[in-house]
Amino acid sequence: MSPRVLTVRETVGVRTSLRVNDTTHELLLDSRLTLLDALRDVLGLTGTKKGCDQGACGACTVIIDGQRVLSCLTLAAACEGQHVVTIEGLSSGEVLDPMQAAFLRCDGFQCGYCTPGQILSAVCAVREVHAGVPSHVTPDVRLTVSSATVTDEEIRERMSGNLCRCAAYPNIVAAVRQVLSSADLSAVARRGGGRAERE
Amino acid sequence: MNAFTFERLSRPTDAAGAVAARPGAMFLAGGTTMVDLMKVDVLTPDTVVDVRHLGLSSIDVSDRAIAVSAAVTNSQLAWHPAVRERFPVLSQAILSGATTQIRNMATVAGNILQRTRCSYFRDVHASCNRRQPGSGCDALDGFNRGHAVLGVSDHCIATHPSDMCVALAVLDAEVHTLRADGTTRSIPFVDFHKAPGDTPHIEVALAHGELITHVVIPHLAAARRSHYVKVRDRASYEFALASAAVVLDVDGDTIRGARLGLGGIATKPWRAVEAEQILTGRKATDDAFRDAAEIAIAGAVARNHNHFKIELTKRTIVRAFATARDANL
Repeated sequence: MSPRVLTVRETVGVRTSLRVNDTTHELLLDSRLTLLDALRDVLGLTGTKKGCDQGACGACTVIIDGQRVLSCLTLAAACEGQHVVTIEGLSSGEVLDPMQAAFLRCDGFQCGYCTPGQILSAVCAVREVHAGVPSHVTPDVRLTVSSATVTDEEIRERMSGNLCRCAAYPNIVAAVRQVLSSADLSAVARRGGGRAERE
Repeated sequence: MNAFTFERLSRPTDAAGAVAARPGAMFLAGGTTMVDLMKVDVLTPDTVVDVRHLGLSSIDVSDRAIAVSAAVTNSQLAWHPAVRERFPVLSQAILSGATTQIRNMATVAGNILQRTRCSYFRDVHASCNRRQPGSGCDALDGFNRGHAVLGVSDHCIATHPSDMCVALAVLDAEVHTLRADGTTRSIPFVDFHKAPGDTPHIEVALAHGELITHVVIPHLAAARRSHYVKVRDRASYEFALASAAVVLDVDGDTIRGARLGLGGIATKPWRAVEAEQILTGRKATDDAFRDAAEIAIAGAVARNHNHFKIELTKRTIVRAFATARDANL
């Protein structure tokens, strides 16, 4: 095998306007910087976690323009003009998002490292079910999905991009189920923080 | 990661020109393959041109076709009501791949241009003719359980990893492109990807700087009876060991026409035309599907660890056709 020669070039800075949790930051970023590293190391928002850093675990999940994505495979410079929501931006002050409250009630975590990604992913999974869009396990892609008929298998499929090495999966599914089943999502939020309760 | 210049442009011809002007330049869309491969130095562009803001984000539905712009995400395409209704095989194939997060990022053009998951391609310390022409292929006698059995050569046996592309091959999609001088062309999907032969580094029919603008999927009434079956090591978030995309046009229990695409077992999105032809006029029985499967896989060449894929593929084909046949429409 011939030796591999990498050309080392100077860092290239990119002026980027990064809007995170409703705050806009005017930054000069290394073109190579991922959104994950920009959030953690430039903005100090360490709630977003680095698991595998190669798109396999989902710990770095954030919401960009309403869609859940992986911040480890997103270049920060490519986020110009987009709105990023991280776990720090999910609650309204001291009032938890219904999904955060459900994770607490259902004990949907053990070590907690994957939890920010799990919660942001779950928030979007619920929105997607309410929008009626199918998943891989939906029996017929022609039909509109309903939150009333979504199975646990369907919840697992929709959450399969978020790995949990502690295997808190049954409680994560229960948390998603609670939020899906709740007619009044804000009521769930107000009840948040109490003891774990199972369906 | 190598340092690179990052360019945001707003006109497709400007983007094509920016890449055409530099041999080391690359288009960037969702980044799910490209940023990953840049981190491990398999891809080392000196210029990266973001193509997600070129106005290529629409899905246009007409009686004759569905035209999908290049930067439409995999999720948008799979979830679109007209796609689900007319081409269920396409929605199913997309939804069987990766995860929602990745499908929300990955674009249609990016999925078509995604690179192989061959572990030797992804390892710059391994020999790989696809990554470094003439360096050899460590997969031939290496860990090749996931590798291809169709379209292989003595120089490369890397599997094309896409699910979506198998459905697009079956649907006779056309890939439309634009060059910096404004010229456009349309490439039939089955001609877009290249089997490795003795030039495995040439993967697609594009010239450097040629930009995919959209993909056209011509209307096919029979595609309402279509289906995608994917077999893999775990239930979700895994590449295919074998997959089959089928369209079945039946009159009562007689087959008027059939289409068959294969994934997870070939070096490019595979279309099994000879197998399709022997089904025409036959009764839609499992025996007929099995006969077609034998023909589809007849040219297979297995290596040390992937011989199981031959029988697995046959069963996957029969399952896909039988499911399409039995669907209540």
